[in-house]
Amino acid sequence: MTLAAGHPGFLSPTGVEVAFLLVGVATLGAALVTVTTKQLVHAALWLVVALGGLAIEYLLLTAEFIAWVQVLIYVGSVVVLLLFGLMLTKAPIGRSADADSGNRWAALTVAAAAAATLVWVVVDAFRSTWIDLSGAAQGSAKVTGASLFRNWVLPFEALSVLLLAALVGAIVLSRRKNGAPS
Amino acid sequence: MHLGYPAVLAVLLFCVGLYGVLARRNAILVLMSVELMLNAVNLNLVAFDVWLRDTLHAGQALTLFTITIAAAEIGIGLAIVLLVYRNRGTSDVDKLTDLADTGTEPDSDSIAPTTDNAAETAADQALPAGGQTA
Repeated sequence: MTLAAGHPGFLSPTGVEVAFLLVGVATLGAALVTVTTKQLVHAALWLVVALGGLAIEYLLLTAEFIAWVQVLIYVGSVVVLLLFGLMLTKAPIGRSADADSGNRWAALTVAAAAAATLVWVVVDAFRSTWIDLSGAAQGSAKVTGASLFRNWVLPFEALSVLLLAALVGAIVLSRRKNGAPS
Repeated sequence: MHLGYPAVLAVLLFCVGLYGVLARRNAILVLMSVELMLNAVNLNLVAFDVWLRDTLHAGQALTLFTITIAAAEIGIGLAIVLLVYRNRGTSDVDKLTDLADTGTEPDSDSIAPTTDNAAETAADQALPAGGQTA
């Protein structure tokens, strides 16, 4: 927001920026291994690294509450659900040769083209935009809770109904038919 | 902090997830890649919320909503994948070609409704037969 005041250049990064870059490289590397590894269980474990790195990025952006929610929900439950899914579908433990589809070169082309285009647009648009991280944290539990329960109460409650519906749907879908014990 | 760092990281994570969705065969790995894409969107939301100093904190509230919806999505998605695996014996998205219009006769190795449960297989085979005779 301090466009006129002469933003700091890219050649003299602050400590937060250095930390953000290092954690970002680790996160991106873990994400790359997640989508390219041939061992299915390792993909889930590398996903933990990627999601945990994102939690650290949220902390660096002063969004504490989001960071802890990320750790609790993604690392704590979503990855565990994915591991359960891998084991219930009898995923091979070792290297599986057919982890990647036959159209992986087309996929690589699409992803690389999308990355090049989006990076170009984003860098061009936000080259001189500066986030002011000083002052009180904008994502502490107090601030987030106040805004959530003052301004976002109705979506919040609708979301709890959605979670209940998803829970009932998952139970109905995964129940065995005829009620037969197996 | 420059806004470019989180924005570029979100773009790259999104494209890694895009590659995973397109290139993976196992349905659960596709779900993992979808999670990566959703997380890239979350990072964008948080970064722009912090940049704009929004008094409503719309970005962070939307991030919480996205995380919740992603949790619901992964639950329903895994239930569907388990159901497909139980009925077809595979969770390979390339082999689920029942609705594909190939223009030729259906190849034999694509759809094999095998299950690991003998009783269920017998019940599945008995049901259409009973329906035809009745």
